[in-house]
Amino acid sequence: MSDAAIKVENVSKNFVLPHEKKDSIKRAFTGLFKSKTKGSEIQHALKGVSFEVKKGEFFGIVGRNGSGKSTLLKMLAGIYQPSKGSLSTDGKLVPFIELGVGFNPELTGRENVYLNGALLGFSFKEMQAMYDEIVTFAELERFMDQKLKNYSSGMQVRLAFSLATRAHADILLVDEVLAVGDAAFQRKCFEYFKELKANKKTVVFVTHDMNAVKEYCDRAMLIDQSEVKHIGSPQDIAREYSMLFMDKASDHAKKGDGKRWGNGDAVITAVKTKIEGDEVVVKVDVKVERPVDKLVYGIHIMGSDGAEITALNNRMIQAPDIENLKPGQEVTLTWRILNVFNDGEYNVMLTLIDDVANTLDWFVRADDFTVRRIERSTTAVLPPMTVTHKVKQ
Amino acid sequence: MLNVNKFLQRYRYSLILLRELVITDFKLRYQSSFLGYLWSLLKPLALFAILYLVFVRYLPIGGDIPHLPVYILLGIVIWTYFSEVTNNGVSSIVGKGDLLRKINFPKYVIVLAGSFSALINLAINLLVVVAFMIFTGVPFMGSMLLIPLIIIELFVFALGLAFLLSALFVKLRDINYIWEVLMQGAFYGTPIIYAIDILPIKVQQIIILNPVAQMIQDIRYMMITHETHTIGTVYGNEWMRLVPIGIVVAFAIISAWYFKKRSRYFAEEI
Repeated sequence: MSDAAIKVENVSKNFVLPHEKKDSIKRAFTGLFKSKTKGSEIQHALKGVSFEVKKGEFFGIVGRNGSGKSTLLKMLAGIYQPSKGSLSTDGKLVPFIELGVGFNPELTGRENVYLNGALLGFSFKEMQAMYDEIVTFAELERFMDQKLKNYSSGMQVRLAFSLATRAHADILLVDEVLAVGDAAFQRKCFEYFKELKANKKTVVFVTHDMNAVKEYCDRAMLIDQSEVKHIGSPQDIAREYSMLFMDKASDHAKKGDGKRWGNGDAVITAVKTKIEGDEVVVKVDVKVERPVDKLVYGIHIMGSDGAEITALNNRMIQAPDIENLKPGQEVTLTWRILNVFNDGEYNVMLTLIDDVANTLDWFVRADDFTVRRIERSTTAVLPPMTVTHKVKQ
Repeated sequence: MLNVNKFLQRYRYSLILLRELVITDFKLRYQSSFLGYLWSLLKPLALFAILYLVFVRYLPIGGDIPHLPVYILLGIVIWTYFSEVTNNGVSSIVGKGDLLRKINFPKYVIVLAGSFSALINLAINLLVVVAFMIFTGVPFMGSMLLIPLIIIELFVFALGLAFLLSALFVKLRDINYIWEVLMQGAFYGTPIIYAIDILPIKVQQIIILNPVAQMIQDIRYMMITHETHTIGTVYGNEWMRLVPIGIVVAFAIISAWYFKKRSRYFAEEI
């Protein structure tokens, strides 16, 4: 017994995309005399992918749309066959690629439960034993004898999720199920993930949500342009992922052609960004290398497209410069910014200058953070507003 | 006993799925109709009424075959099964494309499920035939015990074709039209609504080589009257039966091989 639950060795996947689909007899016949590759294009969905997932590991796969992550997941699930290389899995595998696979709108909730259960490999008897639990968990007791077409989409998702979580698998493949459903449902999903983690299940998790990667994954892999860019800690992968978006962003974000420059009189040694309640908190550790009379410190926040959302320094918010710094001294700056941001990925740029405009340290992509609205109270953002009232006699 | 257990274990998933798919199919079939399952019975009943009117009252082209309406009904029942399995079979894989792209399961189960739901219908239809046999006074014969052999041959032949057609349809989307036309022609090329003996012997010898024709004549011989011409009497040699049976076996093997080879790629090609 090896400790690898999934082993992927040098896997490539090509799709042949015909320009004119040769799917009728006429074309098949007229095409007989032409070369086969003519009029078609080979798309390399994945190139030379290798990795291993250990038993009990929570493994994240991230990448831009179209980078090949879903193709990889489908190959792990056995839906697609690799063009080259080999894949092997050890243990019962349940794909969580889409919820409610095989649901039929013309059948009742009860009938759909049994049908979907069969697709997950449960016999009629096993489903009978689990049935009540599934329905209770989905909170749909009253609706089970109604046809599925009369369910709201939220109800369908609840039922599907409830079913999927009953599947006793050794390996789970999860593809962005978190993207659907309301906040309450997402919370349920996360609870389920915690449970999986506690039970030491092997999970392969494809997502765009870097917070989830950081929170749940033991390791993660970044795929870009059909190739594995990096396998490493969730923190590293999350950062590299957001850099992908910076790279194609506007020149503005690339200013200075490098990520970081300055004369080094004082340098940023650590950056930590967290969302605390309704605030984004950025903690910056600075080490002083040479005497600095007055330190002016700034912060810029950019969206994933590279556009600057805010750019300011301490003077603009009436915070004092830091004076008379000696070599060897360490300073911790704590920025607290009201979380007025929309859902999405953000980048933090940090600057240290002195009062004669020498650049000490200009750190372009110092850190990143993700905003999810459900984490913020609804009164966090209070735009200036008035309200009047009139009482009629 | 051990072998049975091993079989059950190996094919556990397929069997679970097969059962659920057949049940679903049966439930959905008469889902929104007022009379529901009753239609499975009403359809052959209505057909019998029509056959009786046409062939007994107004258009006696069946020669002097005894119990002609039941004789013809039996032929139609067998043909209906064959055409249901193959016609539904063509699009069965493509029709489940959504499912295939999301979960990996043995693809043959889809085609097999179609065959089994048609088999349920066939059983109901045969019961109706038996009811009419009693009603019109056809005596029961010992040869009826051989009927399961014909049903097995029919099942294998239709299933084999369904495998082949469904796999071909993934690549060539003209197959369904071609098959429809072929089936329409074959309906008249098979002794279903006429007696085979009205044809010249040379023609009889050709069309009886069609496995479906051989099966229809054989089952009529077993169930209704020994006056039926079977492949044995047409050629004067019972061993000729091996030709259609050989065709059935050959189709089954080729189809299973082709389907197995192609099924790995169904998900990406649909």
